[in-house]
Amino acid sequence: MRPDLKIIADLIKPGARVLDLGCGEGELLAGLQAEKQVNGYGLDVDPANIAICVRKGVNVIEQNLDQGLSNFPDDSFDMVVMTETLQSVRLPARMLDEMLRIGQECVVTFPNFGHWRSRWHLFLKGRMPMARHLPHDWHDTPNIHLCTVKDFERLARDKGLRIIQRFVAGADHRNHPLMSLMPNLFGAIAFYRLGRPERP
Amino acid sequence: MAKHPAHEGSVGIVAPQRVHVPGEFALQCGESLDGFELVFETYGQLNAARSNAVLICHALSGNHHAAGYHAEEDAKPGWWDACIGPGKAVDTERFFVVSPNNLGGCHGSTGPATVNPATGEVFGPAFPTVTVKDWVRSQALLADHLDIERFAAVVGGSLGGMQAMQWAIDLPERVGAAALIASAAKLSAQNIAFNEIARQAITSDPQYRDGHYRSANANPEMGLGLARMIGHVTYLSDFGMGQRFGRELKSGDLSAARDVEFQVQSYLRHQGRSFSQRFDANTYLLMTRALDFFDPAGERGGDLVAALEQARSDFLVLSFSTDWRFSAARSKEIVDALIAARKNVVSAVIDSEHGHDSFLLPLPRYISVFKGYMDRLADAAEAGSADAA
Repeated sequence: MRPDLKIIADLIKPGARVLDLGCGEGELLAGLQAEKQVNGYGLDVDPANIAICVRKGVNVIEQNLDQGLSNFPDDSFDMVVMTETLQSVRLPARMLDEMLRIGQECVVTFPNFGHWRSRWHLFLKGRMPMARHLPHDWHDTPNIHLCTVKDFERLARDKGLRIIQRFVAGADHRNHPLMSLMPNLFGAIAFYRLGRPERP
Repeated sequence: MAKHPAHEGSVGIVAPQRVHVPGEFALQCGESLDGFELVFETYGQLNAARSNAVLICHALSGNHHAAGYHAEEDAKPGWWDACIGPGKAVDTERFFVVSPNNLGGCHGSTGPATVNPATGEVFGPAFPTVTVKDWVRSQALLADHLDIERFAAVVGGSLGGMQAMQWAIDLPERVGAAALIASAAKLSAQNIAFNEIARQAITSDPQYRDGHYRSANANPEMGLGLARMIGHVTYLSDFGMGQRFGRELKSGDLSAARDVEFQVQSYLRHQGRSFSQRFDANTYLLMTRALDFFDPAGERGGDLVAALEQARSDFLVLSFSTDWRFSAARSKEIVDALIAARKNVVSAVIDSEHGHDSFLLPLPRYISVFKGYMDRLADAAEAGSADAA
């Protein structure tokens, strides 16, 4: 399993109810179903992804995230996961609210636009950064809401969300010591485990 | 057997079979039948572990002839030949497919056109009301006759999908997976309204004679044809009809305009006419009522989640973008309830311009998801069979 997915998988208790938003080829859910007997569902809209999920035996539901998650009742999942998809939804802040409405906790990962390579690219070339984890040209990218680690934490703070765990990794999804020291500069992929706001 | 060249890719020549189920069969309406017959077809081979059986449930105007041909010279195959056959979504090289004509039907199973053994006369309008639950129980007796304890899958489109859902709820231990295609958990008021117009068309035809048309050697052709025309409009999409017929005039000349001028008019009239020759009016009334009454949540205070919690099977739920008879939103209701009931479910909304009828067509993405799902079930059935051996 991809290292970042492995970290998420380790957070999930056996038999838990898991919703994976933008589940792609269903790697996380297939692993969780086999090893932890979770009751998991994945949402996606890409026909090729859906076909692959079906062949893997993953519970894949065709649903467009931008049409909202209002069909899911409050507290219907133990964990709601969204890997490298938050930056491509229309309303990311609203999405976080919804994830923590239907799930007790959530995990989000996103490409960190504050990574030194992005800054260097923009600084030196004066052009929108492209990299291994940001492969699209500006006019042809699904990533319409890119942010930095600092931006994200500011949003989480404004919303009063609990950051239970933070972790950054390189584009290879592996962590290196420097990244923990200066995550916004050296992390390519950011990973957050979030809880609902504490009641005052 | 060598296949006729035109039958390549199909199950080839098939022949209907018949089972007589003796004894009293109590129906949900309170009445009962003194035994009944079902006509059915089978395709493929039942494996040693008897684990690869698939039940096909037909829709409103369907019958047991789902795949293959009855004779060399048949121009058209069975109604779901696009999805059932060697290498197809329901792969007859891997599954043993059972396809019955429902109780109350008019293609060989006991129904309104059958002679009532108690009176020696045709049942006609006296044939009791039959529900989807009754169909499930009668199909289970057919399964008993074939010595099939559990179906790897129960599969159906439209009203057939409703039977598959009822199977999963009523006989959970006998269903491995239920495939509900272009279906709904119950009819909307609009659906019932269209059915009512169809029924009124039939019963107001003077030839209907309060349902006793057979003894008078009559057939309410006009009414039945009109009912079919109404139904047919709801099976197609506005866009699809536009693509196919547009506003094309038959003669292309307004000065020569007569009664039937637009292509779509002559198409509908042809559909109505040919249907009225091959379908029984009382059966049409019975089938539309079964549709109207279908409501598995109703028994549990309207709680579809509670109803589906009874199921032990996995589910495939497919819908089509331009279907307005049972729209994608109706399938979504089923999917949401299945998730809340913690059932395994795969769901896709297939982009198609062909409306409700899409489920009958070999649309590449539809077949890819359907076949991908069924192939996994076949793998599991074969693994189970290897264990048993």
